Amino acid sequence: MFKYLKQLTSLVAMVAVLFTFTTESMAAKKSKTLKNTIKKGFVKCGVSQGLAGFSFADNAGNWTGVDVDVCRAVAAAVLGDANKVKFTPLSAKERFTALTAGQIDVLARNTTWTLTRDADLNLTFVGVNFYDGQGFMVRKDSGMKSTDDFKSGMSVCTNIGTTTELNLADFMAAKGLEYKLVGFEKADEARDTYGAGRCDAYTTDKSGLAAQRTVLPNPDDHIVLPETISKEPLGPVVRQGDAVWEDIVRWSLNVMIEAEEYGVTSANADSMKTSNNPSIKKITGAEPGMGEKLGLDNDWSLRIIKQVGNYGESYKRNIQDTGILPGTRGPNALWTKGGILYVPPLR
Amino acid sequence: MKKIVPQIITLLLIILVFAFFTFNANVNMSNRGMEFGYGFLKRAASFDIQFSLIEYSRESTYGRAYLVGLLNTLLVAFSGIIFATFLGLIFGIARLSKNLLINKFAAFYVEFFRNLPLLLQLFFWYYAALRILPLPHETNGFYNFYMTIKSLYTPSLIWENLDVFLYLLGFSIILIFIINNYFKKIQENKGKQYPILLISLIILFIIPSFAFIFGISSIDIEYPVYKQLSKTSGTFIGGLAIPPEFIALFLALSLYTGTFIAENVRAGIEGISKGQKEAAASSGLTQKQILNLVVLPQALRIIIPPTTNQYLNLTKNSSLAAAIAYPDIVLVFAGTALMQTGRAIEIVSITMATYLSISLAISAFMNYYNKKVAITEK
Repeated sequence: MFKYLKQLTSLVAMVAVLFTFTTESMAAKKSKTLKNTIKKGFVKCGVSQGLAGFSFADNAGNWTGVDVDVCRAVAAAVLGDANKVKFTPLSAKERFTALTAGQIDVLARNTTWTLTRDADLNLTFVGVNFYDGQGFMVRKDSGMKSTDDFKSGMSVCTNIGTTTELNLADFMAAKGLEYKLVGFEKADEARDTYGAGRCDAYTTDKSGLAAQRTVLPNPDDHIVLPETISKEPLGPVVRQGDAVWEDIVRWSLNVMIEAEEYGVTSANADSMKTSNNPSIKKITGAEPGMGEKLGLDNDWSLRIIKQVGNYGESYKRNIQDTGILPGTRGPNALWTKGGILYVPPLR
Repeated sequence: MKKIVPQIITLLLIILVFAFFTFNANVNMSNRGMEFGYGFLKRAASFDIQFSLIEYSRESTYGRAYLVGLLNTLLVAFSGIIFATFLGLIFGIARLSKNLLINKFAAFYVEFFRNLPLLLQLFFWYYAALRILPLPHETNGFYNFYMTIKSLYTPSLIWENLDVFLYLLGFSIILIFIINNYFKKIQENKGKQYPILLISLIILFIIPSFAFIFGISSIDIEYPVYKQLSKTSGTFIGGLAIPPEFIALFLALSLYTGTFIAENVRAGIEGISKGQKEAAASSGLTQKQILNLVVLPQALRIIIPPTTNQYLNLTKNSSLAAAIAYPDIVLVFAGTALMQTGRAIEIVSITMATYLSISLAISAFMNYYNKKVAITEK
């Protein structure tokens, strides 16, 4: 017996260590990103370098936009305060490497969900917060009324390294047109070069065209052509491999859309707690259980709605009231109201 | 033994550092599920490039896109080097002129373009100077040269049977070399001088023109023709279209680097002591001979090494093309291709290796040239 004491003690020690590790992992949901976020006290959010309506900083450094609101929803859910977000403006070049390298934990930068990005870059798209499409902007006095008026030899300004560039190449090839691509890294430069007359057309997502048109010297001199040449589902992105964090971001966005579907707003969220509707009870946290499955406390969804608002409120305040796309929401309305926003239920 | 040990230790240390970083990158990349490999170069690029010296379409591979970017970089670098050298020589010698106006004008050029940051000058040329050019339909051009905001449209040459002309050209160059050496040998042995330059020029012009005289090769000129694209815009089809991105980069690089070369030239020529020129003059050499045989060989020895530096600077500075949409290797490969594929390490390593090779090639050639033209002390 004494002979084997040494081996026995090491065996017992090993088992004890293993036990503590497993119980620890069974108790808390395993997510390095969640743990680090709570430890740091803020959500690391990657946004654009300034796109009105999506992520835009005013002179005082306050960020607003529908992408900004996604990050603020995550902060409200995880940390209790929607303002506990650190925004990092990123160019199209840096956005994915910043995410994979860990500089940011959520990328909310009007990024299109494509197969290549999903599979090739080790990222996960957790939803769509804006259904968009690519379009063209031309000068009104050019007389062009649609993309059928395009002729070989024209020059087009755009951003490089985006789906825009690839769609443009495909579109022009399908039409059999030769064109000159003037590609910049920054959207501002592309827009200004088009405005100066160097390019005959400017192409990017239609929401971007609307936003950039407001910045041009004479917005009324430019029109957006009616054709939409591609699908651009824009949504938030996280790193692949952290399933808990993915779920948290995904359902933070989903609950905003669910809340609008059931009429829960930032104003009436508290009073809606007394509702009899079981879906509303889950959304407001009156019926417990949803937060625990995500590793969060019970009031996570209530905080999102109270501090950030539901999807409709966010859309209205950032995109309609600012004059970027003041009309109907198009595909970005609820499925019950003629759009295609249809998220899985909170259950 | 004592000498070898520290060398071995240093070598081991370098290997260790290199291995650590490689291992670190490997572990982190596999943790994130990222793969490493250069196979992506065979995939289709799916994007277009505005300006290319070789055939390229969106179905070409990333490898071909890399080549296009490389050729564009070399094009702007070499044309910039040539023009900068030209400016440097002129303004460097002008600074030494006794004419006050020429002297001060050259001084102004050097001080002005040397002291402003290159990026600023580039932005000026692209976003300010070339923006005020007229639209294609608003200009009448100058003898079929149309300078517009969209491009500089020039007539281009169309060759037929170009290879015959090139063979004759090559043959005449070889002939010139042989004759030059032969005449130089005669001059050294017997002291007899022959008009070598004149004979060389005659050969250079007569022999290749045989290709045209006998109707084998021919040149045709293609003129740019206006084509309307919409009610308010148009373009020119045919001929050569030089984009303003290239022009702005070329001007900014040449004007900026030309100042440094001008100062090098001035330093080289001033560095020759007056005694050399006086002794040469008193030996009975003409002014031209003094310049060619006494001043320049010594001055070039001083001018060439720092000028090599400037050539390398110009080549590396051409990477600023990324700021103005000129499709050089940084914008096309380390920009667009990197964003589309996400392969940062592979792409940046290739780009770095490319710039390193170009710079090493330029400095190797300049060192060879320096040895050839500089005077060797006996």
